[in-house]
Amino acid sequence: MTATLPRPARAPRPARAVRLGPLDFRLRPRFFGSCLALAALIATALLTALMVGDYRIPPPAVLDALLGRGERIDTFFVRGVRLPRALTAILAGAALGVAGAVFQSLSRNPLGSPDIIGFTQGASTGAVLTILVLNGGMLQVSLGAVVGGVATAGAVYLLALRRGVQGYRLVLVGIGVSAMLSAATHYLVSRAELTDASTAQVWLIGSLNARTWGHVAAVGAGAAVLVPLLLLLGRRLRLMEMGDDIAHALGVSTQRTQVLALVAASALTGLAIAVSGPISFVALAAPQLARRLTRANGTTLFGSALMGAALMLCADLAAMRLLAPVQLPVGVVTAVIGGTYLVWLLYSEWRGGRA
Amino acid sequence: MRLPVSLERPASVVADLSDTDDASVARTAFARRTTAKATTHALRAVGLLLALGLLALLALLSVAVGAASIPVGTVWDALWRFDGSYDHTVVMELRVPRTVLGVAVGAALGLAGALMQALVRNPLADPGLLGVNMGATAAVVAAVFVFGLTDPGVYVWFSFAGAALTAALVYFLGTRGRTGATPVRLALAGTAVGAVLLGLVNAVITVNEFVFDELRFWQVGSLAGRDLEVLAQVAPFLLAGIAVSLFLGPALNAVALGEDLAAALGANINRIRLLTALAVVLLCGAATAAAGPIAFVGLAVPHVARLVTGPDQRWVLPYSAVLAAVLLVGADTLGRVVLPSGELEVGIITAFVGAPVFIALVRRTRAAQP
Repeated sequence: MTATLPRPARAPRPARAVRLGPLDFRLRPRFFGSCLALAALIATALLTALMVGDYRIPPPAVLDALLGRGERIDTFFVRGVRLPRALTAILAGAALGVAGAVFQSLSRNPLGSPDIIGFTQGASTGAVLTILVLNGGMLQVSLGAVVGGVATAGAVYLLALRRGVQGYRLVLVGIGVSAMLSAATHYLVSRAELTDASTAQVWLIGSLNARTWGHVAAVGAGAAVLVPLLLLLGRRLRLMEMGDDIAHALGVSTQRTQVLALVAASALTGLAIAVSGPISFVALAAPQLARRLTRANGTTLFGSALMGAALMLCADLAAMRLLAPVQLPVGVVTAVIGGTYLVWLLYSEWRGGRA
Repeated sequence: MRLPVSLERPASVVADLSDTDDASVARTAFARRTTAKATTHALRAVGLLLALGLLALLALLSVAVGAASIPVGTVWDALWRFDGSYDHTVVMELRVPRTVLGVAVGAALGLAGALMQALVRNPLADPGLLGVNMGATAAVVAAVFVFGLTDPGVYVWFSFAGAALTAALVYFLGTRGRTGATPVRLALAGTAVGAVLLGLVNAVITVNEFVFDELRFWQVGSLAGRDLEVLAQVAPFLLAGIAVSLFLGPALNAVALGEDLAAALGANINRIRLLTALAVVLLCGAATAAAGPIAFVGLAVPHVARLVTGPDQRWVLPYSAVLAAVLLVGADTLGRVVLPSGELEVGIITAFVGAPVFIALVRRTRAAQP
């Protein structure tokens, strides 16, 4: 079977159908429990992120600051510095998680990610070009990343266009274009002054340093529209994992769903990359981790969003405090935590004979 | 828009032959992949010879062209009647080892890519999927960061050891469980281990600029300054890897049918997987040790080879080797003349020359999946 449709881990406990007005869903205890646990983890990490730092704020003072009646310095740190950073992490992580799940579901490939249409590489080259050649500030770099990503995705799509777009050709063209852009990025980094190259490298790894409410608004507005849209498409995507023919027979208009999902997922990735750098591993790992944690029979978009947010927020917390006062870029930690967790999950799953 | 890049192909053959047993179904499917007319085989052989001729021509050019151009006649004399003059010394001590290394590294990367895509049956697989490239990179970072070494000659051993250790770990993780290695598990294990190593490497280069300065040149991928010593260090591994992979063609044709049908043909899947992984580590590990991580060659060239030959691995493997060597030696030669001064690394040129050709080919034809 395909990767996104594993054999059920063990006979799942019977799901109870629940009807709430127009909503109609199945209540799966394991799924519900793990989502609740992830939400609790995000809440705890958020509170911790607001408390800790070079200037420590106790929990009651954090609450006061949030409500705007604390001391001025507390309010400044909590509302002006730490909250926007944490919210950016949560929103970007959720966006990457959902986008990764959509790409993996559509391509029926656990290695499928926004990278396959060259988006990430295009954004990287755009940002590095802005940093090294145009000496742009943070806003220009975000803009450069978005322009690079969109231009690359468009170019890949057009190059793959020949009497309609065939998916396999799209992927191969994406590989070719990505290779060129990656070579260009390496070339720029290897020829630049060392300090400039370091700045570019930190962006390439992915960092959340000094994020402001502007970043939160940008990624938040996009996520508010696109994430619910994709969640609504989730059921159709799961049906399509069974094969286009079956999905068709069950009344899913596959073509429209695919295009809609691809465009929405690409836009989400673009927003996340613009505010946090190309932290592509979250998009790759979050859907896999979520599926294994919730024991869902297929890709779970909601679980992936929670997992992405939790991964990103915890990673940023660790990146800030682990080697303090040295600040690591968050991309370092997402890779180490997410990778180790994935290794451990795979290992225990196979040892338990559930693979 | 469809993205049918599933890891395993539906076994369409089974449906129309449902009343026969597994073994005969498997034999039919196997024959469908591998049988061709005698003229087709002859054409493929001629094509391979033509590609070899092109490779020989490019190799000669690669020896002649450089910072100081040497006439082809002098190159020829140096090869057969070495007289110790300056030009002859440049040819024999710098250009020839570099060219031979280019051929060997290119062939190794092409073979490793074809093997890897056949092993995990995924067209997105590159030879680095077993963690070879990331392991090598991490080991080079460790060499610079922990031991303070900056000599490319020492990098060779470090990166090879790193590649082998990482691949062993990935393979171990990928083969846990009752059913042994499956494509999905190997791919996921490789991705996960690679991500952890990448994170550690990024952590080191963030806090230490000296290591970053060394790494940013190594990771581009280059053949510049590689001499006879480097060639001698990696040659045994490359030769062993090539020897193993040349025997794997028929076995990989069976694996391509899927586990059940391959088993029905009497193929020992686990042994084939282990040997294939071993060959990939030998080839890609040695190539990366010698020239740095050049992922694109191993990823793209097998696709081009399959466009020419179809899915028969007995032809895909040699074509991948020769075409990849052509790409690498040609790119290395071009990189020496394209800039007014200095040279452009082969890793950059392979992408910039190879990718447009690759895209043009993909647009023209229906690509065959591995």
